[in-house]
Amino acid sequence: MMAASAAARSSMVLTFRLSRVLPNCSSCPFNKLKACASGSARPQRRTSLDSFRTANRHLQTGTGLYHSEEGSSNAENPDDVVNVVYVDRSGQRIPIKAKVGDNVLYLAHKHGIELEGACEASLACSTCQVYVSAAHFDKLPEPEEREDDMLDMAPMLQENSRLGCQIFLTRELEGMELTLPKVTRNFYVDGHTPKPH
Amino acid sequence: MSSHRLLFSGLWTIGRTRWISRLHEGKHGCGRAFFSSGKPKVCIVGGGPAGFYTAQHLIKACQDAEVDIYERLPVPFGLVRFGVAPDHPEVKNVINTFTQTAKQSGCSFYGNVNVGKDVSIQELQQAYHAVVLSYGAEGNRTMGVPGEDLAGVYSAKDFVGWYNGLPNCQQLRPDLSCETAVILGQGNVALDIARILLSPVDVLKKTDITQPALEALTKSQIRRVLIVGRRGPAQIACTIKEVREMVNLPDTRPEMVAADFQGLREVVKDLPRPRKRLTELMLKTALETPGEKEQERRNKASRVWAFRFFRSPVEILANPDNNRAAGIRLAVNKLEGSGEGAQAVLTGEVEDVACGLVISSIGYKSLPIDPSVPFDSRKAIVPNNMGRVQQAAGLYCSGWLKTGPTGVIATTMNNSFDTARSLMEDMDSGMLDVSAAKPGSQNISGLLEKRGVIPVIFSDWEKIDSVEISRGEATGKPREKLLSVEEMLQVTRQ
Repeated sequence: MMAASAAARSSMVLTFRLSRVLPNCSSCPFNKLKACASGSARPQRRTSLDSFRTANRHLQTGTGLYHSEEGSSNAENPDDVVNVVYVDRSGQRIPIKAKVGDNVLYLAHKHGIELEGACEASLACSTCQVYVSAAHFDKLPEPEEREDDMLDMAPMLQENSRLGCQIFLTRELEGMELTLPKVTRNFYVDGHTPKPH
Repeated sequence: MSSHRLLFSGLWTIGRTRWISRLHEGKHGCGRAFFSSGKPKVCIVGGGPAGFYTAQHLIKACQDAEVDIYERLPVPFGLVRFGVAPDHPEVKNVINTFTQTAKQSGCSFYGNVNVGKDVSIQELQQAYHAVVLSYGAEGNRTMGVPGEDLAGVYSAKDFVGWYNGLPNCQQLRPDLSCETAVILGQGNVALDIARILLSPVDVLKKTDITQPALEALTKSQIRRVLIVGRRGPAQIACTIKEVREMVNLPDTRPEMVAADFQGLREVVKDLPRPRKRLTELMLKTALETPGEKEQERRNKASRVWAFRFFRSPVEILANPDNNRAAGIRLAVNKLEGSGEGAQAVLTGEVEDVACGLVISSIGYKSLPIDPSVPFDSRKAIVPNNMGRVQQAAGLYCSGWLKTGPTGVIATTMNNSFDTARSLMEDMDSGMLDVSAAKPGSQNISGLLEKRGVIPVIFSDWEKIDSVEISRGEATGKPREKLLSVEEMLQVTRQ
């Protein structure tokens, strides 16, 4: 029952092509990596069968530049291994053996870590906000303006905040820690100003 | 009981397999519910983002739970469907997350059920262990000025509802034959409306904006939109993304009053990051001389948008026949104090602006659902402590009803997760008694049937969804929304 729901959670993102909403490819990490299974032949009209085929292709190719089996944590090439640690909202540390090119949001989904990606990597929300460990924050490429714009709306924004959907792993990021902002009681303490909508 | 514990500790030591650590999160999932005689049953009132995020979190945290979402309309998703602007489709991607939640075996959606009319809160409380109120804010703050009832004056909530297909706003049929529109308020909703009023029709016709709205906007004579705020640029409530969209809107040019930005450049660098970046963008737009190309673009633009600061509405002025808005009288303010806490103070001066469309975008507002539910009419929220409704056991709230009507999807997500956590904690501690079995939807379905109410379940919504998408294909839109409850229900019966 738990496994089924974990699988359902990890497939949530992988099945985003089932969306009735036409995806905006310009900010999608699959598109950026030219790893989009739909590629330029993105049809305007999706039949449910098309979507199913696309979803299955994603299940097989994964998010990285290198092929991997779904669920496998052993990279073919040890040089491509990048170890990262997610710290979830309850403070639990979850070490992950990932690969160069993995996307922080989809990697989290793959491992059942509760990092939301409401807009599905379209730079239209801030639900995938993570705090990046200080030692690694500067190693990330500068955010594009659109990411900064979305971060500006994020609750509990910190100096080391980034959007998980925009972070791709490199070997330099070995040991990076990604902390999910706490869904906190303290969110509404004095000094809280209403956020715009 | 002890054998259960041994089993779990054994599984713990097998290794940190993901699904076990998901179950425990430090405590035992459903807590005492796990050992109860029945499943914990939770009812959520309101099928918008707050309702769905609360449901998602509950189902993840408590595998046994049965979570039923009741929604007044036949269609789910609330403001994601009816509030988010048609030209912001990526924001609506969250519908996929909500769809996954609705399809979880522990979750059921019941649309076309009006809680408060078809079934009471008390009846829900009797049938469920807990009731979470997430019905949002369907009212709006009024300006409270003479002339507010004239034709041509609308609340932002109704105007947005109109172009987004909300059934009870379809009668609005605003007259867009005037040259100038004035929007009171400078939040993201105000900017959305300005952008929709000024966007090229070629852009709008590829969105899910309704066909009647598209036709009205195609015929629109509006060429100038003023977005008016009581205070100054440093207090503006919108966010940078929306301002950028205005600055980059094709065939439009900005018109700002340079004097409104006096003294702002000096203080910008000390502002917190979001406020700093936004103010810098406005300063650039208002004060910098544009480059040649941009200047040319502005010269050619046929439409104008402007921020007007330090102005409050005092009266809507009527036409000679006294049946339509023809202008607005604005009081001139000055600021006392600075930053977020600055107050607008009247100077005594007024200014009249000719206009044919006035939209007040000064805030949504929640309404009380039932006299038995505590309601703070000053703040227009349900008084609560971290989502637990005060002085009402078994009653919770999430979303705008809990905190007031501000915040983006991420805010509502956190807010809803927080309420779900309070509920889980209460189940765990025994504060919320889930030891006795409750009938849940079984009872409620019976009541609804007796009252002639036919709920729309999620697969029924999918029929509506399917029809909307295929109708949209005919016109090159992502969907053509059904505009009446009757039509929606008709489709579900097919």
